[in-house]
Amino acid sequence: MNEAIDSLAFILASGIRLGAPLLLACLAGLWSERSGVVDIGLEGKMLAAAFAAAAAASVTGSAWLGLGAGVGASLAFALVHGYASIDQRGNQIVSGTAVNMIAVGLTALLGAAWFGQGGRTPPLEGAARFQPIEWPGVAALADVPLLGPVYRSLISGHDILIYLALIAVPATAFVLYRTRFGLRLRAVGENPAAVDTAGISVRALRYGGVAICGVLCGLAGTYLSVAQAAGFLPQMTAGKGFIALAALVFAKWRPGAALATCLLFGVLDAVAIRLQGVALPGVGQVPVQAIQALPYLLTVVLLAGFIGRAIPPAASGVPYVKER
Amino acid sequence: MSQPVTLPKWVDLALAPALNVATAFAISALVVLAIGENPVAALRALVAGSLGSWEGLGFTLYYATNFIFTGLAVALAYRAGLFNIGGEGQAYVAGLGAALVCLHLDFLPAILLIPAGIAGAAAFGAAWALLPAWLQARRGSHIVITTIMFNWLATTLLAYLLVNVLREPQSMQPETRVFVPAAKVPQLHDMAAGLGLKLPATPLNLSFFLALVCAGLVWLLLWRTRLGYEIRTVGISPTAAQYAGISNARIIMIAMALSGALCGGLAVNEIMGVQNRLLLEFTSGYGFVGIAVALMGRAHPVGVVLAALLFGMLYQGGTELAFDQPKITRDMIVVIQGLVVLFAGALEGVFRKPLARLFSPRPAATTT
Repeated sequence: MNEAIDSLAFILASGIRLGAPLLLACLAGLWSERSGVVDIGLEGKMLAAAFAAAAAASVTGSAWLGLGAGVGASLAFALVHGYASIDQRGNQIVSGTAVNMIAVGLTALLGAAWFGQGGRTPPLEGAARFQPIEWPGVAALADVPLLGPVYRSLISGHDILIYLALIAVPATAFVLYRTRFGLRLRAVGENPAAVDTAGISVRALRYGGVAICGVLCGLAGTYLSVAQAAGFLPQMTAGKGFIALAALVFAKWRPGAALATCLLFGVLDAVAIRLQGVALPGVGQVPVQAIQALPYLLTVVLLAGFIGRAIPPAASGVPYVKER
Repeated sequence: MSQPVTLPKWVDLALAPALNVATAFAISALVVLAIGENPVAALRALVAGSLGSWEGLGFTLYYATNFIFTGLAVALAYRAGLFNIGGEGQAYVAGLGAALVCLHLDFLPAILLIPAGIAGAAAFGAAWALLPAWLQARRGSHIVITTIMFNWLATTLLAYLLVNVLREPQSMQPETRVFVPAAKVPQLHDMAAGLGLKLPATPLNLSFFLALVCAGLVWLLLWRTRLGYEIRTVGISPTAAQYAGISNARIIMIAMALSGALCGGLAVNEIMGVQNRLLLEFTSGYGFVGIAVALMGRAHPVGVVLAALLFGMLYQGGTELAFDQPKITRDMIVVIQGLVVLFAGALEGVFRKPLARLFSPRPAATTT
C-alpha cells in the first residue's frame, strides 16, 4: 500500500516537474493570444531563454543572473515578433516560424562558438542552478501515512521556478478577469476597433501582452536549462513549445484549465517514461510513442469540435488597421 | 496610413524583395562577425564550396531538389490562402508511402517500380495533408495548428513503425531493409558513366528533373487552368469566391492535397534517390526550408526554383564552410533561413513605405 502511494506520489511529482515548463509557456501563449497576437514562436523563445540562461549562469555562477539573461533573450525575441505583428502588420504565423528557426540556429551556433562543446554549455553546479527547496517539517511528517509522502514529494522539494509557475496561474487569472488592464487586454483580442473607439491604445495593449508572453517564456526556458537540467543542449526544448500551444488550445485560452491541461500532459510524459519497456497486465507493452502522441491527438480531436469546442479570441492573428 | 502602398511594378516585384533578402544576409554577416570570423572569407568559402567544383554543384542541386518540392508545396497552399506548415510531416509520411511500395512491389521492373514509388509517396503525402484540410474545411479547426500537430504525430507514428514494425528483426537500427536496386532513382553520375562521361559521385539524381517538371506543372495549374484560377480566387478573397459559386471547402482540400503530394517529392529524392531505405528523421528540417523558399520566391514557381537553388548553395556551401572555419557550424544556415523568413515574410512591408516615398513624391494627388 505504502509502496503504491510512494510511486504514485513519485509519478505525480515528476508530472509537476515536466508540466511546469509547459504551464509557463502555455500561460505565455495565453497572454499573447488573448491580446490578439498569435504566437507559434513559444518554442523558439523557450530555446533562446534556455541557452541565454545556461550561458550566463555558467559564466557568472549565479542562477539568478541566468534567469535575468534568459528572460531578456526571450523578451527580445518577443518584441521582434511584436514589431512584425503589431507595427508592421506582418503575417504572425510567418513571424513565429522565423523566431523558431532563428532560435534553433543561433543557440547552437553561439553555443559551439563560445563554449566549443558542440553547442552545449558547461555543466552547472551549486549556486549556478536552482536547487529544490526543502520545506520545513518533511522529516517530522515522514512517517505519517499518505500525508508524509504527499508532503515530501508533491508540496515540498521543488525549485523556485516551479512555485513561480504555479503562482502565475492565479496571478494571470486575477489580472485577466479582475483588473482594468485585463479587461482591456481581453477586449483588444476580441474587438480591437471597440477598444480603439474608447480611446485606448490597441498597440500599447498588444505590446503589453507580447511582453508578458516573452517574460513567461523566459522563465520556462530558464527552468529547462538551469533548474531541470544542468546546462543547455542544442534543441533541448524538443517540441515543448508546441505541446504548450496544444495545451493552450485544449484549455480554451483559460488560465485554470491551462493548469489542469499542463499537469495532465506532464503526468502523461512521466507515465510514458515510467512505462518504457514495462508490460502492463492485460494490455501488454504500451508503445511510448502512443502516449507521446496523446497531447497532439487530443488537441486535433478537440479542435475538430468532437469534444466541446475550442474558439480562439476573435481578433487573434488579425493585424489591427485603424479605420479612416 | 491605412491605404495600401502603391509602388512601380519593378520596385514591387524586384527591388523591395531584394532589399528584404539583402537585409537578412547583412544581419547574417553581423552574426558571423559577432562570433569572430570574417564574413567576406565565409562568403567566399560558401560560394566556392557550392559552385566551385562539379562535386559541389552536384550536392547543391541535390539539396535544391528538396527545396523546390517543399517550396512549391508551401507556395501552392499559400496561393489558396493556406499556410501549410506541415510539409515536414507530409514528407515524412510520404517516405512511408514510397518505402511500402518499394518493399512490397519489389518484383516490378524499375520502369514500373519507380513511378509506383513516386505515386506512393505523393499519395501518402497528400493523405497526411488532406486530413488537416478536411478538418479546416468541414470542422473549422485552424490549419496552422492542425498541421503543426500532424508534424509531431508523423514523428511519433514513424518512430513507432520503424522501431516496432518495419525494422529488420536482426537489425538494431530503426530502419527498413535496403530496397531492391530497381527501386533506385538513377543518380546522375551513374548515368553519365553509362555515356562514357566521368562525373564525381554525388547524390544528385533524376528527382531534380522531376522537381523542375513539377515547377512547370504548378505554373500551368495556377495560371492556365480553371482550377488554378479558383485556387487563386479563394486565396485572395474567400467571400468573393463563395459568391462566384466556388466551393471554398473543395478548393482548400484540393490545394492541400496537391501541396502534400508535392512534399512527397522530398521523400522520393531522399528515400528512393539516395538512402534506398526508410530511416528515422530523414526529412531533417528540409520541409521547413520550404517556407523560407516559398516566401523568398514570392509563391511563384520561377521564384521558388531560384530561391531553392540559393538555399541549395547555402546548405552545400555551409557544409564546406563548417570544414573551413570550424567556428561557423552548419547551424549558421538555419539562422540565415530564419532571417530570410523574418524579412522576406513577416517584415515584408518594412521597406515599402520608405520606397513609396522615394518613388512617388505626391501620391495623394492621383489617388484621391
